[in-house]
Amino acid sequence: MFYREAGDFHTTYKDDNQTFPIKFDRIRYYVVLAVAFGVIPFLINDYWANAVFVPFLIYAIAAIGLNILTGYCGQVSLGTGGFMAVGAYACYKLMTAFPEVSIVFHLIGAGFVTAGVGVLFGLPSLRIKGFYLAVATLAAQFFLVWLFNKVPWFYNYSASGQINAPERTVFGMAVTGPNTEAWAKYMICLVFLTVLAWIARNLTRGTVGRSWMAIRDMDIAAEIIGVNPLRAKLTAFAVSSFFVGIAGALFFSVYLGAVEVGEAFGINKSFLVLFMIIIGGLGSIFGSLAGAAFLVLLPVLLKNILVGGLGWPIDIAAHMELIIVGGLIVVFLIAEPHGLAQLWKIGKEKLRLWPFPH
Amino acid sequence: MSVEQMTTTGVPAEPYVTADGRQIGNVLMEMKNITLRFGGVVAISDISFDIREGEIRAIIGPNGAGKSSMLNVISGFYVPTEGEVWFRGSKRPQMKPYQVAQQGLARTFQNIALFKGMSTLDNIMTGRMTRMKTNMLQQAMWWGKAQKEEGEHREAVEKIIDFLEIQAIRKTPVGRLPYGLQKRVELGRALAAEPDILLLDEPMAGMNVEEKEDMSRFILDVNDEFGTTIALIEHDMGVVMDLSDRVVVMDYGRKIGDGTPDEVRNNQEVIDAYLGVEHD
Ligand SMILES: Nc1ncnc2c1ncn2[C@@H]1O[C@H](COP(=O)(O)OP(=O)(O)OP(=O)(O)O)[C@@H](O)[C@H]1O
Ligand SMILES: [Mg+2]
Repeated sequence: MFYREAGDFHTTYKDDNQTFPIKFDRIRYYVVLAVAFGVIPFLINDYWANAVFVPFLIYAIAAIGLNILTGYCGQVSLGTGGFMAVGAYACYKLMTAFPEVSIVFHLIGAGFVTAGVGVLFGLPSLRIKGFYLAVATLAAQFFLVWLFNKVPWFYNYSASGQINAPERTVFGMAVTGPNTEAWAKYMICLVFLTVLAWIARNLTRGTVGRSWMAIRDMDIAAEIIGVNPLRAKLTAFAVSSFFVGIAGALFFSVYLGAVEVGEAFGINKSFLVLFMIIIGGLGSIFGSLAGAAFLVLLPVLLKNILVGGLGWPIDIAAHMELIIVGGLIVVFLIAEPHGLAQLWKIGKEKLRLWPFPH
Repeated sequence: MSVEQMTTTGVPAEPYVTADGRQIGNVLMEMKNITLRFGGVVAISDISFDIREGEIRAIIGPNGAGKSSMLNVISGFYVPTEGEVWFRGSKRPQMKPYQVAQQGLARTFQNIALFKGMSTLDNIMTGRMTRMKTNMLQQAMWWGKAQKEEGEHREAVEKIIDFLEIQAIRKTPVGRLPYGLQKRVELGRALAAEPDILLLDEPMAGMNVEEKEDMSRFILDVNDEFGTTIALIEHDMGVVMDLSDRVVVMDYGRKIGDGTPDEVRNNQEVIDAYLGVEHD
């Protein structure tokens, strides 16, 4: 009944171009924001923060980042884990070198450092495409992990070879280190995700976004109507890596607190984030969030239902997860490349026309 | 008239009036002795012709004559093996296609090359790429300039959408549109750049009579209303004769005719090529 454009006229192009053209969507969006900022922080405990919310928020940032590169610009990357590691180590070096500066700047700085590294590894994309580019980014993944293991300067010559996040505060509240409250972890990640998602949305609906999508859909035509392919691809690598870098920095400093690079940022991480955007939806910000939520929640659910409820052994539940994820990837790749986001959209489309579908 | 005043094509460099009374303007673009080889294949061999301000210039010829290759040379997509392209009175240095686009040249493709995942609106908005000025930081924040620019360009694009009568498919992903409409959207995308020269590679191929009539009308209107110079490749001789001011005829990579539709129609070599007379 209420899900209609009718009576909701757009009289300017600006109105017509907003993120949620239908009023109901707009209201729901504000409700979600209000709950996320005004309700959850008061209810959250350590279990929910560590098992669900914080990893979801951080993976969502990484997924948006990868989606910009792969979903919007069509450049497949298997180096997400490696770039998250760059963010983590950049953050660590900045935290320890400039302890008097706010951690917020370290996190943003880590994003910029990763953007630079991303551009460097993006250079081959001007020559190579598709499968070969994927292999090149895979090489970047292994090289970066090897580098952070190999060069002691990156981990400040610590005996363990690990990096540990010292305690840092924002407005007097600890956000890193062992004394951090659950809600503080949640809040800093939420603020970063909100701002970054908003930036991603702005970029993807404007000129830059169209140049990315043009390159993705038909690079020859894109170049002939005036898109500089070098610029389009490198900006995609830069912005994407900026997001992924911040995600890596948060993952290390706020979520894990201590990191061994091969374990935290190995090739598995690259695939996990890639699966998130495939299941969530390529070329969709909302899809990035949906995919991240899905793959964060799935193991939690399986564990609670299969292990907790039905008493299955843990390893079988873990295998079950792999089977489900693998099956879904195949289904989505074949049947619905635009993922959960598209299913959601189709559902809304149906609802908009309901009850008279013709 | 002295030899210096003649262009390479044998017509006056100055504006002139043809035998059938057409006004031909100043030279806008000139191809000088263009040769294009792919390994052993000679796609274009030593062709010269010019494109004049405000005219509709047709390039015709049998399949494989080298017409599309010529358009690709003009739009900077192929680098000619020999020869020069002159634009607005100076020799064009070797350029990337996007740089040629920035000089004021837009085109469509023989096989539609739209951005399939994007809507009609976004496709045409992308056509204005060369005119967008805000930087990435401004766009990331989406306030002030970026939003204003988007609005202004949207207005220009809506005019094109009205002009081409495609309001109803504004938000439809172009991959879902029927062939004829896709061709129209592709024309819209090229028009969005407000080019000085518009190149159309078989804009009417595969269309029914009605669609062809629509497309012809759009092409004539673009030429009339915006004064856009147009070079087009077309197989339908009726359409060519109706639309164009002057025609270049190609066959096996060579130029075998150049002139008004009437002149070309009566040219013996052209008649032979189209009737399939043996080549020696
Ligand atoms: N990239 C390429 N590599 C090799 N040969 C090419 C290439 N492009 C064109 N050719 C050859 O050049 C010749 C001219 O091709 P072109 O596409 O320009 O012809 P056309 O006049 O546009 O024909 P049609 O009417 O069929 O579109 C053909 O023999 C073609 O095989
Ligand atoms: Mg052709």
